[in-house]
Amino acid sequence: MTQLYDASLVDWSRAQFALTAIYHWCFVPLTLGLSFIVAFMETIYIKTGSEEWKRITKFWMTLFGINFAIGVATGIILEFEFGTNWSNYSWFVGDIFGAPLAVEGLMAFFIESTFVAVMFFGWDKISKKFHLLSTWLTAIGANLSALWILVANSWMQYPVGMHFNPDTARNEMTNFWDVLFSPVAINKFLHTVSSGYVVASVFVLGVSAWFLLKKREIRFAKLSIVVAAVFGIVVSLFIIITGDQSARLMAKHQPMKFAAMENIYEGQRKAPLVVFGVLNKNNTGDLDRNDFSLKLEIPNFLSSMAFLDANAYVPGIRDIAQGDSEHGIMSAAEKIQKGKTAIQALKDYNAAKKANDTTGTKTALSVLQTNYNYFGYGFLTEAKQTIPSVKLTFYSFRLMVALGFWFVILFVLALVFLLHNRIENKRWFFRLAIISIPLAYLASQFGWVVTEVGRQPWVIQDLMPAITAVSNINAGSVKVTFALFAILFTLLLIAEIKIMLKQIKIGPKDGGNS
Amino acid sequence: MFETLSYTVLQQYWWILVSLLGSILVFLLFVQGGQTLIYQLGKTDSDRTLIINTIGSKWEFTFTTLVTFGGAFFASFPLFYSTSFGGAYWVWIIILFAFVVQAVAYEFRSKPDNLLGKRVFDAFLFLNGLLGTILLGAAVSTLFTGSSFIIDSSRHSTWTLASRGLEAALNVQNLSLGLAVFFLSRVLACLYFFKTINNEEIIERTKKHLLYNAIPFVVFFLLFIGLLMFKDGFSVNPATGEIFMQPYKYFHNLIEMPLVLLLFLTGVVLVLTGIILPVISYVKHGEKGIWFSGFGTVIAVFSLFLLAGFNNTAYYPSVADLQSSLTIANSSSSHYTLTAMSYVSLIIPFVLIYIVYIWRIINKKKIDINDIERDHVY
Repeated sequence: MTQLYDASLVDWSRAQFALTAIYHWCFVPLTLGLSFIVAFMETIYIKTGSEEWKRITKFWMTLFGINFAIGVATGIILEFEFGTNWSNYSWFVGDIFGAPLAVEGLMAFFIESTFVAVMFFGWDKISKKFHLLSTWLTAIGANLSALWILVANSWMQYPVGMHFNPDTARNEMTNFWDVLFSPVAINKFLHTVSSGYVVASVFVLGVSAWFLLKKREIRFAKLSIVVAAVFGIVVSLFIIITGDQSARLMAKHQPMKFAAMENIYEGQRKAPLVVFGVLNKNNTGDLDRNDFSLKLEIPNFLSSMAFLDANAYVPGIRDIAQGDSEHGIMSAAEKIQKGKTAIQALKDYNAAKKANDTTGTKTALSVLQTNYNYFGYGFLTEAKQTIPSVKLTFYSFRLMVALGFWFVILFVLALVFLLHNRIENKRWFFRLAIISIPLAYLASQFGWVVTEVGRQPWVIQDLMPAITAVSNINAGSVKVTFALFAILFTLLLIAEIKIMLKQIKIGPKDGGNS
Repeated sequence: MFETLSYTVLQQYWWILVSLLGSILVFLLFVQGGQTLIYQLGKTDSDRTLIINTIGSKWEFTFTTLVTFGGAFFASFPLFYSTSFGGAYWVWIIILFAFVVQAVAYEFRSKPDNLLGKRVFDAFLFLNGLLGTILLGAAVSTLFTGSSFIIDSSRHSTWTLASRGLEAALNVQNLSLGLAVFFLSRVLACLYFFKTINNEEIIERTKKHLLYNAIPFVVFFLLFIGLLMFKDGFSVNPATGEIFMQPYKYFHNLIEMPLVLLLFLTGVVLVLTGIILPVISYVKHGEKGIWFSGFGTVIAVFSLFLLAGFNNTAYYPSVADLQSSLTIANSSSSHYTLTAMSYVSLIIPFVLIYIVYIWRIINKKKIDINDIERDHVY
């Protein structure tokens, strides 16, 4: 754990992970949400016995199938990339991080892959009720998969339930339940799957709106919109609550990410929330304040939101980087020093152990334990390295939230129009609903940008920066695989979109051939 | 329950589980084998659609087993994960690419407006079948032949060859296991088709291809086993953890672990029985072959994994620096993590039960092209 790699290798490894993760996330939200929407539809079919609902179910199931396969395909890369491109990370935290991945495979993937086969191939082979159960199990399996990988991700942002073992040079799990039920993990799971449900609801609403715009399949489209809009409204409320909680957890556990997301350089009490603002410059890693050239703010609201106290102090980027004794904030320079002390103590520990020097081992271990919380800082050289990209996190967060609220309006409008039986002539609304489909995907990606860009430079918060987590390979190899992934995934994405569009144009079939 | 078990027992328990997943994976590679036979067995478009759809409902099992195998290895032996995946970079990347294109090929090939055309997606399926089997087989063989890496005191690994794992495919023994797995997957696919396809012409062609593939399978498998029995192996001194070369190590392992020997022999006999039965009488035994050969594959491969890791053997040896070799003891997760994971492992029997149950429902009767047109088409 004492090696640093060249910047090009680190950057390309990060780029590759970002690329593959973004592509994977182009497909996962729809799988998460559409699986439930299809399950709702099939439940209505079983309850009512109406062939129209069977037709509706089968149409959306076809789209689910196209999307499901590519989500699975892009997912395998991420799992193995931890080994291929982040091998030092894999050892340093594999004792904790590997467990959720294995549980994911055993508990979730098998449910998903077994019952998805029944869902597609079992219509005439099993009873209606068993088929319905399979559809529900597919949805539950898909969402359970998300649970475990999100637990793993949350642990990277907020490492708990472990200790560092100097003999094996890694972190080892001490409490599985702490890892699984960490507040960050629970909230991240709920927030992320809800975002998938919103994406799927917007997708179903938008596609149905297209049918209405074309004056095709009117009844089918209206019924689909009912399911999507009701589901959309319920889960939007959920996403707002969990999003609010996310911000609070971030303010508590990742204050630098929070400050960057809000573009706060100097800490203050009664901090206002900037609803929207235009930043003057891109100042990643810069300690100089970045002023707004334009902003709209709500007084005191940030303090209230983050700490449930309008008078609460919200630390800024400069306070966190340079320290603020008044508020008990240690400077990055001091943390870097403590990190270097911890790294040296680990070396001393190993040397003393080799020399059978019991006293030396004990002393080194004590120094290591005292300073271990800052271990990762020891690989940094200056305070500004601890600052993530302010511009990217600031804008991504605002766009995500703004779009989230737009979708609520969209769902409410759809329901109101339907209830008053006035939806058929709302062509402007159909167009808005269709345009909202790509926006829903963007909103979901923006969420991940905030999470992942905002936590830089850390792979494991405070313990491991990206510069020491990569595999020891040459940057050239990673550049080649980056290009290969970019080409292949782009081709597959285009193919998927084309196939989807064609299937939508074909529309639901009578007898429901999926 | 598991807390009371010693660290060594837990490590062995997890080696057994990972081995079991690996051996089930090799059996499930019949899906890949089938993918390489599409154009040889299917002469018309509808033949090919029928073949693809019989294996198509199973591709996710193979895929999921591979992912779970990776996840379980990561959780239980993270040093293998970090050393092998980060080291043999190109081999694993090629395997991964081969699996990415497989998953989409099934769902996309018959859909209109699929950008690349049916032929390209079928080529993806072929590539997956060819590379997936040969490279996975070669990778398993490196458990016996060794790889070139060095691990330092912080457990950072360095691969010493620029070929990054591709060198494994040039070793005769690795290649022979790779090819044995490739031909075995085709044999298993043929036996699976006997059980599932209701089309005389395809079945007639399949009968021929069973033999065409069984013969090279036996040749390459015997070559691999022959080389294995006569080669020096990577032994561990249990007292000091020191690794040293021992002549005829794997032969000794077989003799010293009679249960493993029994598993190995039973597995081989079952695989051969599964091949011979349909040859003797297709009408009487045609559908049974897959059960014999499938079960035989699982226990034969399982015994090979045990041969690689048990009886004081380094399961991922380094030829660049012998003392960097990985053993079950020096590469595993902590006692706590193995214990927690062992509780999770208790759900495995339930997983197997529902998979078998569902599999039986889906494969209750043979299918023909009319069945497919009523269903979800690949």
